[in-house]
Amino acid sequence: MTITASGSASADSTAVVSAPVRAGRLRGLIRGAGRRGPRRPAGHTILRRLTPWLFVAGALALLLLFTYWPALNLFYYSVTDWDGIDLTKNFVGLDNYVRVFTDPRVFSVFFVSLYYFIGSFVQMAIALYFATILSFSTRFQNLFRGILFFPYLINGVAIGFVFLYLFQPGGTLDTMLAWFGVTDPPQWLGNPDIVNWSLAGTSVWRYTGLNFVLFLGAIQSIPRELYEAAELDGASKWQQFWALIFPGIRRIIGLSFILAISGALSVFEIPFIMTGGANGSATFVIQTIQTAFSFRQVGLASAMAVVLLAIVLIVTWLQRIVFPDEKVDLV
Amino acid sequence: MTTETVRTPGPRHRSGLTPLNRVRSMSATSAKYLSLILGALFTLLPLSVVLFASFKTKQEYGTTGPLTPPSNWLNFDNFATAFTSGKMLEGFINTTIVLVLSLIGTIILGTMAAYAIDRFPFRGKKLVMGLFLIATLIPSVTSQVATFQLVNAIGLYDTKTALVLLFMGTDIIAIYLFIQFMQSIPISLDEAAMIDGANRWTIYWRVILPLLKPAIATVVIIKGIAIYNEFYAPFLYLPSEGLISTSLFRFKGPFGAQWEVIAAGTILVIVPTLVAFLLLQRWIYRGLMAGAVK
Repeated sequence: MTITASGSASADSTAVVSAPVRAGRLRGLIRGAGRRGPRRPAGHTILRRLTPWLFVAGALALLLLFTYWPALNLFYYSVTDWDGIDLTKNFVGLDNYVRVFTDPRVFSVFFVSLYYFIGSFVQMAIALYFATILSFSTRFQNLFRGILFFPYLINGVAIGFVFLYLFQPGGTLDTMLAWFGVTDPPQWLGNPDIVNWSLAGTSVWRYTGLNFVLFLGAIQSIPRELYEAAELDGASKWQQFWALIFPGIRRIIGLSFILAISGALSVFEIPFIMTGGANGSATFVIQTIQTAFSFRQVGLASAMAVVLLAIVLIVTWLQRIVFPDEKVDLV
Repeated sequence: MTTETVRTPGPRHRSGLTPLNRVRSMSATSAKYLSLILGALFTLLPLSVVLFASFKTKQEYGTTGPLTPPSNWLNFDNFATAFTSGKMLEGFINTTIVLVLSLIGTIILGTMAAYAIDRFPFRGKKLVMGLFLIATLIPSVTSQVATFQLVNAIGLYDTKTALVLLFMGTDIIAIYLFIQFMQSIPISLDEAAMIDGANRWTIYWRVILPLLKPAIATVVIIKGIAIYNEFYAPFLYLPSEGLISTSLFRFKGPFGAQWEVIAAGTILVIVPTLVAFLLLQRWIYRGLMAGAVK
């Protein structure tokens, strides 16, 4: 954009270039090993400096406007008693935060996350098992991989309906249990003692495929020769698992465990779609959303959102400590 | 165990197993396939019974059990009902519009950002990358508490524009994929174009963007599936129109007792995903791996 505009920017216009620019250009020349780009007069260095910013501007503007601006506002709203409509927002200090941690109605939903946290352990165990056996040569390998992975791609609302249908009284699950002599099955979604297990089970069904594919990818990146060498040395499959596979994927397992914490706290779609948070199945996120949009307590809801954000940040920070060599090398 | 004793049984181990070992390996193999089949059944059964229900008539649904296949596999009445009175058609059209616009936006903004980050040395680059990276940590649903106020304030509530803008926000995974791919495009190409008098925009638009096609395809697939499945944003920001997720979600009210119609709607939503998966498997797996190792 600078070159065509400069007009006189022919290759030998060095005479009009000021000294510092020239020095910079020389450095560039040395670094670029004989780069013969057209030279720009001095006035265009600003524009040249601006060029990368013009390229990131669009993405950056959206990021700041729709992610960081709302995030900052969350902090602001969280110290007010705003209802979302009123023109005035009264400063209430840390009252909302105190409520988050003392009001049992708000605080108790944290415990709902435990069901999903336990669920994610089950999920990882299943995923690890299937990833291990499918990493050895197996008939219909791609078919099995596809079937186990597919649920992860399905629309959340569709999954919600599939499992509402499965769990309904006299539905699929009850019919199948009757084959095994269970004649008096519980209300899978109506009984507050059971509903969270049913929902966590649905969540396991939905997300196992993702863990499975990630584990499988990690296992397959272990060099083939290692298995062959182990086989020649007479190592059993079990020994191969502990000596080769497990160390090779320990890192991704560790990461998945830590992600399970923030994942369990952020559970939203499955319970919201299936029960709407009824019968004690409301999660922290459902509670936040309802506080904001149904009960019109934007201040309190913002405090809840900030608490969740803080927990996620702490968990991520812990992850960096536990796995210090996990470098995000992007530039 | 010394190497001597371990090495010697190696060849024998291959040519002829002892009877005990053969039995053990056979039972291990059957256990392996049995578990695989069980896993596949667990995955497919919930979906199959919904498929069964979607082909049943109202009366048939009432009289047969959920595990009984439908008597007529060509009974498409429920699908027709779902399409017309369930407003699924509207949902598909709206989803397509939002999907196409947001993907075009994401691709252009994302590749431009990646171009700047990969090809220019500039102050603040680390900061920009950091901002994109930290943004992924902010829980998206709870922050809607504040995002909603913003969308409302700029007058975009209940418009498709709001959704397009929200989905257009490029994420770090897309930018990372683009940067990674761009690093494999030799800088000499840029330089050659510059000698020919091309400016930076021309280089981006004519040289870099066409060469990024494989990375763009991966991002389109991964992001496309994510947008197609997005539920909460359309639920919150577009109450008067339906996207595919929200159209299906609204079946809960009017069709509350008509499970055969809900089943048909559910299948209609799953079929495009299945087709996309069967056609694009390799790209999907690749995109996921790229996202995981970020």
